[in-house]
Amino acid sequence: MHYTWQWDVFLQTASGRQTYLDWLLSGMWTTVQMGALGWILAFGLGSILGIMRTVPHRFARGIATAYVEAVRSVPLIVQLFLWYYLMPSLLPEGWRTWLFAEPPATTSFVTATLGLGFFTAARVCEQVRAGIESLPRGQLNAALAMGFTLPQAYRYVLLPVAYRVIVAPMTSEMLSIFKNSSIAASVGVLELFARARQLNDYTAHSYESFIAVIACYLLINAAVIALMTLVERRARLPGVMNAR
Amino acid sequence: MLDFDFSTLTPAAIATLASGMLISLQVAGTALAVGLIWGTVLALMRLSRFRLLSLVATVYINLFRSIPLPMVLLSFYLIVPQLLRSLFDSTADTRLLSALVGFALFESAYYAEIMRAGIQSVPKGQLAAAMALGMKPLQAMRLVVLPQAFRKMLPLLLTQLIVLFQDTSLVYVISLTDFFTSAEGMGERDGRIQEMMIVAGAVYFIICFSASRLINRLSAAGRRFS
Repeated sequence: MHYTWQWDVFLQTASGRQTYLDWLLSGMWTTVQMGALGWILAFGLGSILGIMRTVPHRFARGIATAYVEAVRSVPLIVQLFLWYYLMPSLLPEGWRTWLFAEPPATTSFVTATLGLGFFTAARVCEQVRAGIESLPRGQLNAALAMGFTLPQAYRYVLLPVAYRVIVAPMTSEMLSIFKNSSIAASVGVLELFARARQLNDYTAHSYESFIAVIACYLLINAAVIALMTLVERRARLPGVMNAR
Repeated sequence: MLDFDFSTLTPAAIATLASGMLISLQVAGTALAVGLIWGTVLALMRLSRFRLLSLVATVYINLFRSIPLPMVLLSFYLIVPQLLRSLFDSTADTRLLSALVGFALFESAYYAEIMRAGIQSVPKGQLAAAMALGMKPLQAMRLVVLPQAFRKMLPLLLTQLIVLFQDTSLVYVISLTDFFTSAEGMGERDGRIQEMMIVAGAVYFIICFSASRLINRLSAAGRRFS
């Protein structure tokens, strides 16, 4: 099999003043934005839910458990379609008008990022719960016996350790959110995966396009791992065998 | 604001959805069978003493785990037909075949990591004892280590099966009409996309939720007996 590689295809003009390379880079930028914004949402909501799953309140635990079970039992692509097609009609009139007044690309970006964040929150929740539950029960009891209130015990005793225990699983959730963002292409977000299809269709150089897009995904992965290695090094508990 | 109309869900539509579900199950089943076998082989390669074998397995596993599944499916959809054409000169619809291949190879990487963890959780003495009884390394693996690793990892392997089943919906990107794709297609056609997505979500939820309940009960029972 002989194949002549033509990498300079990326420098050709795609539309207007943009080259195919610009398409690739703008796709990568959208993926990075979506992953980062989705992660912020997922981390915040997931932390709240994870704490709710461990507190001694039946009702709070029930809500968080139901949320996790529901989100984990429905494929992400179905959820993104529901966010895209169903969520806007549940919104208050004013918000809906704003959402639909935006360009279509923004509408799908907003709904997909929300969907991605709410999906990943369920997974973050389980990690946070695992982190808290990995601590000996005596920690909470000792804190309460010292006169801490329950929120104080979480804030000053449990969470500072729990979060450090789960840096590694959080890294893999973070890697997943960037990979999962590729599914947003199916509701019209022009991110990296959508650009892969476009490049394939327009340049007719499938191998080059796909290899370039895969390289972009590997790059994002490497960046996330580098970032989390830094976090891990700063957050490592003294005296705990955390070395690999 | 919300006016749902489920009247498009006729018996014919349900039959289409059911045949879509068969394709979903077919893709999931193939991926499970191939994933378990090829995943175990990859795990053994990764743990092998031979540097080249372990390097190949490591690269394979890490590569597949860093690429999103839609990208893998699309790549295989592009590459498999070309390969087939050069080998067999066929122009049949290769959607299903390339989905099966891509999906199975992708999931193998995930199963390999589970199996590796399982193998590593078996105490070293088990292997040593098997060798002391005169077994060859491969025999010891097959008869002593792997059965234990497999049993230990059964809950995780089954949980991964649920994830895998949900992931089959992503064959949407190559327009293979599995359950999700046929639901979405009908919804678009009838202008009833909201209703169809609710139906699809509900069906996935019922299947996956009952499956995970079942797995929980099985592994609780397993713990009681061991």
